[in-house]
Amino acid sequence: MSEFFRVAWHIVRKDMTVEIRSREILFTTLLFAVSVVLVFSFAIVREGRAPDDVAAGILWVAISFAGTLAMGRTFERERYNDTLRALMLAPADRPAVYTGKLLGLLLLLGLVEIVLVPLVGLLFGAPIFSYPIMLITLLATGTIGFAAVGTLFAAMLVRVRSRDTLLPVLLYPITIPVMIAGVRGTAALFQATPDEPMARFWIGLLIFWDAIFLTLALWTFEPVMTE
Amino acid sequence: MMRFLRVCALFVTLLAVTPPALLAQPQPPKEFVPVDEIPPGEQIPAINIVAAAYGFVWVAVLGYVWSIASRLKQVEAELTELESRKR
Amino acid sequence: MRKLTTPFIGLSAGMLLVAPWIINAAPYESTMGLVQKVFYFHFPSAILFLVASLICGVHSFRFLFMKRQSADAWALSAAELGLLFGALTLVTGPLWARKAWGVWWVWDPRLTSSLLLFLIFASYLMLRKYGGPGSERLAAGMALFGMLNVPFIYVSVNVWRTLHPQTSVVPTLPTDMGIPLWFCFAAFTMLFLALLTLRATLELQRARVEALYLAEDEA
Repeated sequence: MSEFFRVAWHIVRKDMTVEIRSREILFTTLLFAVSVVLVFSFAIVREGRAPDDVAAGILWVAISFAGTLAMGRTFERERYNDTLRALMLAPADRPAVYTGKLLGLLLLLGLVEIVLVPLVGLLFGAPIFSYPIMLITLLATGTIGFAAVGTLFAAMLVRVRSRDTLLPVLLYPITIPVMIAGVRGTAALFQATPDEPMARFWIGLLIFWDAIFLTLALWTFEPVMTE
Repeated sequence: MMRFLRVCALFVTLLAVTPPALLAQPQPPKEFVPVDEIPPGEQIPAINIVAAAYGFVWVAVLGYVWSIASRLKQVEAELTELESRKR
Repeated sequence: MRKLTTPFIGLSAGMLLVAPWIINAAPYESTMGLVQKVFYFHFPSAILFLVASLICGVHSFRFLFMKRQSADAWALSAAELGLLFGALTLVTGPLWARKAWGVWWVWDPRLTSSLLLFLIFASYLMLRKYGGPGSERLAAGMALFGMLNVPFIYVSVNVWRTLHPQTSVVPTLPTDMGIPLWFCFAAFTMLFLALLTLRATLELQRARVEALYLAEDEA
């Protein structure tokens, strides 16, 4: 068991080391996420104010778009340097490799969300500090569900033609339930009178989906990646 | 220089014309107005709907059956040709 | 299964030709009138849509984990049929809804998740078509995720309050509505099984043709 986590940790460290040197993926993803929030704000604002209840939707759309971009770029980097084959050939448990890549992606998305949430709070007057723990839980569980499926699909598509367009096409229909739960839960917390039981319900559903998606992804990573 | 001035003039004209054009359009209603019953002009007769539904089902199913049948015939012809060539 | 395809197709074609008269004989539903008769085609299509997803998932599992090559052809046929029956469901449903609910579409759990499953089938087929070599395994992995939708779709109307009727409606139908329903259901099921077999056969024959071409090239 500890071997599993050791391998995953090595992979996370490797990705972090490469990323810290160039910071390419972090900055571009961050800037892209901020642009998405701004574009949506301009599209929706009327008479100088945005309608109520859009903050949650815009936040999660930005996370989803930025996440897709980040996934694609991370594995593109592996493909470009041909290190994916080295990872597959290494005498390591395949699910451990998957977990390592997933944790790296979660770290990246976590950093993006740390910037996005205050930005959305600022632009839309959303009460991000009223239920901080629930908000963090919502964001964490939603991002885990999205990233779990995304890491698997991005890894799958690395050697496939037209992988850039196919990743969103494959990913979104399957992760939309997670997105819906995330948006509804966040919207319940951002309301004028926050609806805590509702947010708790959506968190429960997200945890349920995370468990299912993670299990299925860990299970299918090996047969799908084997040539 | 002249070309630049002409472009600027066009740009300023467009800027000046846009606000009146926007204001001249009819204002949309400020909030959602619910209706109790769809006005007769907008109602669709039930028989049209039933016919459209059944018609679509028939067309789609027959289209798919035809597509499989033609592809199957083609592949089987190829198969017999290849197998006779093998001998 | 192959031997049954011709009688199945013949029988289902005959039944579907006769169906309009049987459906016409069924009583009108009290609030919706004529437009409710869409139900006799909508319900079988919807059930077979879900069944197609399950079949695709099962065969994808066999292909990925039990390494059965032939299972891949069956998964592909199930996905295509899922797309077809999904299209039937998602067209007949809104047509009925326009009259019964006043709108073409609502974003309730049943309709949303059905649309998502339809999109999953579409992306599965796109992956197989445009993904290049090796995309069968990837698509199979995806089909397993898609299969998770099915129980959710079925149960969603009972858990949440939606416009869509609940699953308790069909078992409690009066007999003179039940007969046309199960008649159409039988016809559609036979059609489904026949088409599934034919499409899988087409795929397997294609694989044989390719193998023969390869053998010819090598010889």
